[in-house]
Amino acid sequence: MTELLRSAIGLVDPYAMQVMVNIGIAIPLALGLNVITGLTGQLSLGHAAFMSIGAFVSAICTIRLGLPFELNLAISGLVAAGVGALIGFPILRLSGDYLAVCTLGFAEIVKVVFLNLDVTNRAFGLSVPQPELLVPMPYYVLGVAVLSILFVASLHSSRFGRALKAIREDEIAAEAMGIDPARYKVRSFAIGAFLAGIGGALYAHFLGYINPSDFGFLKSVDILGMVVLGGLGSIPGTVIGAAILTAAPEFLRFMAQYRMLVYGALLVCLMVFRPNGLLGGVNVTGLLLRAAGRNKLDTRGKGRDEL
Amino acid sequence: MFFQQLINGIALGCTYALIALGYTMVYGIISLINFAHGEIFMAGAFVGLLLISYLKLNIFLAMLIAMCFCMVLGVLIELVAYRRLRRSSRLSALISAIGVSIFLSSLAQMIFGADAKGFPDTAFPLRLIHFGDTEISTLQLAIIAISALLMLALQFIVHETRIGKAMRATSEDYTAAALMGINVNRVISFTFALGSALAAAGGVLVGLLFNAVTFNMGLMAGLKAFAAAVLGGIGSIPGAMLGGVLLGVTEVFGVAIGYSSYRDAIAFTILVLVLLFRPTGLLGRKIQKKV
Repeated sequence: MTELLRSAIGLVDPYAMQVMVNIGIAIPLALGLNVITGLTGQLSLGHAAFMSIGAFVSAICTIRLGLPFELNLAISGLVAAGVGALIGFPILRLSGDYLAVCTLGFAEIVKVVFLNLDVTNRAFGLSVPQPELLVPMPYYVLGVAVLSILFVASLHSSRFGRALKAIREDEIAAEAMGIDPARYKVRSFAIGAFLAGIGGALYAHFLGYINPSDFGFLKSVDILGMVVLGGLGSIPGTVIGAAILTAAPEFLRFMAQYRMLVYGALLVCLMVFRPNGLLGGVNVTGLLLRAAGRNKLDTRGKGRDEL
Repeated sequence: MFFQQLINGIALGCTYALIALGYTMVYGIISLINFAHGEIFMAGAFVGLLLISYLKLNIFLAMLIAMCFCMVLGVLIELVAYRRLRRSSRLSALISAIGVSIFLSSLAQMIFGADAKGFPDTAFPLRLIHFGDTEISTLQLAIIAISALLMLALQFIVHETRIGKAMRATSEDYTAAALMGINVNRVISFTFALGSALAAAGGVLVGLLFNAVTFNMGLMAGLKAFAAAVLGGIGSIPGAMLGGVLLGVTEVFGVAIGYSSYRDAIAFTILVLVLLFRPTGLLGRKIQKKV
């Protein structure tokens, strides 16, 4: 079985495989931010910090402790979630732009601290050895991406998810309905951080080298771009956003010089002409169901929640 | 030693304050964190550098032209990237601002290359003045003097002129100001122009101070200036000045007592702490939550 999976990888063009794996890594990252920003409505500009924490925890666990990769993934997610809950506790009292600035500051602090710690090898970064795996890396990435999609989708339609949406729409009204905004916000922050931590761990092991400077403000913006591009709060939108923004630099490679220039201009145009993102306000599940002629299911409300 | 560091800190802080003013004014009026502001600062530095190295202009004249250039740039950015988003969610405008910022910094990288450019030695008559064991360079004095002058001018415009009155009214209540016959679009353009001019002056001064102008100088300076604006209380003009100077002084002292590798974290640690204990900043007004 393992052999079969291994040989299946060989059939795909390595370059295309690399792009696909990068998309797969971006999916849990973007979905994590989607829970915080899209679902709960809390703007975070420091998502890369959690990715960085996950990446370094996983790398250090592998190098110093020699733990198996599967365990590392879980540990790095949990550590990131713990840090998320810890800082979320005080800063989530802030709202809107103040929260955005605070998360930005937090990410900057994490970066500078990692740049000065011995265990993260300071500014030189860490080389991460290839872990011993049961199946090739792309399957892990695929598995994590699918699991995170399922997880966030189930979150969307759960009691917990509805509480988060209520907070997003109107915090005071939600509070009046008996939802404790502080507790729910910290939890959603921890969930977002958990997914980012796992994404970071995958990133570290797939790339083989991590440097604290890789997880700066621009990385956070990149992830935010994926969430906003697809449409805030929409899971299919986030996945498509992650795919487009990860693949875009590859397609723009022929004009490598102008890549960032075009990227910046595209962001502006997209926002000016479609301020809610590509799929913002589009009921994807409903459209798909209608296309399949199964309109009846739509009344269950699952589709409506995609908004 | 203490006074030496204090002067260094104030000079650095003045440049932060100049940039922070643009953030705070724009935020005060349209509640937008103008992430492209740092890039306007960078553009100002480059225009100043070009005028001084190639046209051999006087430093003050070059700064004036850079300020005019950035005024146009700032107004243009608002027109293209923000105006149509005024009624959509804040997040869209924020992303658009980030897009502008990426666009401008990569444009600068394409035009000027990735390496740091320095001003020619003749750009500024650099001399050291001794007061006991404290050394003050003429450049530091010039930075402090120019910043003070610009901030006084800004205070005058905001408090004594008709357009300044319109600015204050718009930031108080956007809709009511529009109903009172204020041309809100013009006020916003004017605000962007004012803020950008100050950022450009800051850019030329910072370029001289560190003798380095790079395509990515806007990012960190912009973030720190924003931290300064929040520290002072965003939306408050004296707050931005106070925040900038405080931040500059703290940073210089932090470096002096041996935390130089944590330099960039100092600003943000202060920022996070201030937001936790006084979310409206030092001079900010309390915002009442309304149902």
